[in-house]
Amino acid sequence: MNNFHCPFPYTATDFVQLSHGGSGRIAQRLLDAVFRPILGNPLLDLKHDSAILAIPGGRIAITTDAFVVHPWRFPGGNIGSLAVHGTVNDLAMSGARPVAISLAFVIEEGFAISALAEIAQSIRESVDRASVYVGAADTKVVERGKGDGIYISAAGVGEVVAVNPILPTSVTEGDAILLSGDVGRHGAAVMTVRDGLEVDPPIESDSAAVHEPVLAMLEAGIDIHCLRDVTRGGLATVLNEIATDGSAPIRIDEDKIPVREDVTAVCEILGLDPLYVACEGRFVAFVPADQAERALEVMRQFDVAKGAVRIGIAEGTKGRVEMKGRIGVLRILDLLSGEQLPRIC
Amino acid sequence: MRFLDEYRDADLALRYADAIRAATTKPWTIMEICGGQTHSIVRFGIDELLPSEIQLVHGPGCPVCVTPVRLIDQAIHIAKTPGCVLCSFGDMLRVPGSETDLLQAKAQGADVRSVYSPLDAVRIAEAEPDRTVVFFAVGFETTAPANGLAVKTAAAKGLENFSVLVAHVLVPPAMEAILGSPDNRVQGFLAAGHVCAVMGVREYEPLAAKYRVPIVISGFEPADLLQGVLMCVKQLEEGRFEVENPYSRMVQSDGNLAAKALIEEVFEVTDREWRGIGSIPASGLCLRESYRAYNASLLFDAPILANEKEQQCRAAQVLQGRLEPRDCPAFGVLCTPESPLGAPMVSSEGACAAYYRYRSLNAPRPHLPAPGGSASPLAGEGKPASADEPTPSKAVGI
Repeated sequence: MNNFHCPFPYTATDFVQLSHGGSGRIAQRLLDAVFRPILGNPLLDLKHDSAILAIPGGRIAITTDAFVVHPWRFPGGNIGSLAVHGTVNDLAMSGARPVAISLAFVIEEGFAISALAEIAQSIRESVDRASVYVGAADTKVVERGKGDGIYISAAGVGEVVAVNPILPTSVTEGDAILLSGDVGRHGAAVMTVRDGLEVDPPIESDSAAVHEPVLAMLEAGIDIHCLRDVTRGGLATVLNEIATDGSAPIRIDEDKIPVREDVTAVCEILGLDPLYVACEGRFVAFVPADQAERALEVMRQFDVAKGAVRIGIAEGTKGRVEMKGRIGVLRILDLLSGEQLPRIC
Repeated sequence: MRFLDEYRDADLALRYADAIRAATTKPWTIMEICGGQTHSIVRFGIDELLPSEIQLVHGPGCPVCVTPVRLIDQAIHIAKTPGCVLCSFGDMLRVPGSETDLLQAKAQGADVRSVYSPLDAVRIAEAEPDRTVVFFAVGFETTAPANGLAVKTAAAKGLENFSVLVAHVLVPPAMEAILGSPDNRVQGFLAAGHVCAVMGVREYEPLAAKYRVPIVISGFEPADLLQGVLMCVKQLEEGRFEVENPYSRMVQSDGNLAAKALIEEVFEVTDREWRGIGSIPASGLCLRESYRAYNASLLFDAPILANEKEQQCRAAQVLQGRLEPRDCPAFGVLCTPESPLGAPMVSSEGACAAYYRYRSLNAPRPHLPAPGGSASPLAGEGKPASADEPTPSKAVGI
């Protein structure tokens, strides 16, 4: 990616101007020069107001998410790949096979066109890897100072393949709680860049699409009760959401939660708890205890989930997350009040 | 991770807990000074490993908790002043002033920036010469060297748009205020490891001698804290009152000489108001006269605002170890991290926040069986309580 060069001879300007967001020739030039060649596919090439998808009869899943990460480029990805992975993963968490996504770009005046091309290229690679289409796209340009470089708003549709409802309310007492890999890496990667911490080698974000292990589990007949991708707020927040929304009892073991050493170190330096730090390529799965080992075997066949482990069991008090800590004392793992703020000393 | 995992080792912690039980014959009250230690104790459930005779009370070592409301109000006033940037450690942002806090002021348009180092604030002043940049210099002795360095650096660069709002406090005078109080019940201290890494241990020796209290320099991990409690209990049981330093991987007797010299050069000792507690003589640092030009408290107005919330908050007693957060009638009811009555509920080093966030499943505090039995709720079946004093593995290098 670092050697990427803008693939078009664009002589007018190197930076996005307000007129790029208009309806005139300049706007067309930006689309023709950057987005259409890189993101183009038969659906998008029709240049129609909406895309028509052929989805086999049955149920579809829809989702939407906005991406505002700063900085837009971080080790292991950028806002483009993140938008694809985030949308695909949200669909997968409903037991759906992702089919198509739409993307709206809100670009700040002055944003480098080469950066835009880099983001588009990264989107292309991510959608190809995940076998989904970009069915629709839109660009808007806002005045300098009224945006943070670039925001992407994404939506996605998928075909539901799960038979039983995958929901927090489906969590059953005794379910095994599985985690697809180490936590905190995306947040740590972004924070090291944002705060200028030089970590060598750099911590790479775990940003990735996780639908493959999910679909494989469903194909293998695993009766998945609940899925949730571990994003903003980290593992602790996601488990609390499930406990609250599903009135589910959750008990996990801190010792079983994989956190990479470099992530632990960065969190120690910044005064943060890795259990509350974001991931972008991890999910938790609640499955019947007697299917847990098989589910783990299936998950581990995929690179993105090769570090899958069992971290706990659905037991204890309903609506509450309890964690056996490192020295064995059981305590409540609660939601944070707001953002984690670094402490003083 | 070296220096981390070893000190979070469950077996080592349990062996220390066993040794503490074996060493304890009487009730003892021990105060950990630092809010970071309080959080570790509550987060890891260390208090639940101790015999019922040992009570840990939480000290005043939460720098943002003791920063006077008047200074927070002044910081907010500075942040709201057009053309000004108020830089602060993140932990300060949610601490309530009289009417609002820095995060709310930021949402309303004040230029408040969270930084990890005061030198970042100096860099902002350099990069934005048309703005007046003020760094909110709170903290104990731990943060004073870096804050002093920021002032010195700004002076060396000739920056005229940089100043610091100093709210530095010192640990030994606070300990003396607690020990000198007529209703003091603290019999031993775990001194704050980070503070001692800067200042060394010698300034604690007169305190230990005068008030006949053991003072053990302690780190922040479970094994550090339990080892500190064990050494403190042993001194109490044996009638000794010494300064001991098991945290030698971080703390040297004389401290960090370069850092101390920097503090001495930039700051001088002054009387300081502690939030909720009141003024303690010679308990803070202020800028020396030679750095007057960098003293934001002289450059900006200090609004005087009425604070009604403050009157309902019993933080002063919590900060002096006289009240457990859970015993405060407002705890978790009127006072939560989302709607705090006082600073200890919002700071990441505040005792109330620690109890709120890491509240135990066994609350209220369990009374564990007497020493010698299968006392620990965690000790595996058949694992006898050992009186042997555990030591960290050689790998940890102490």
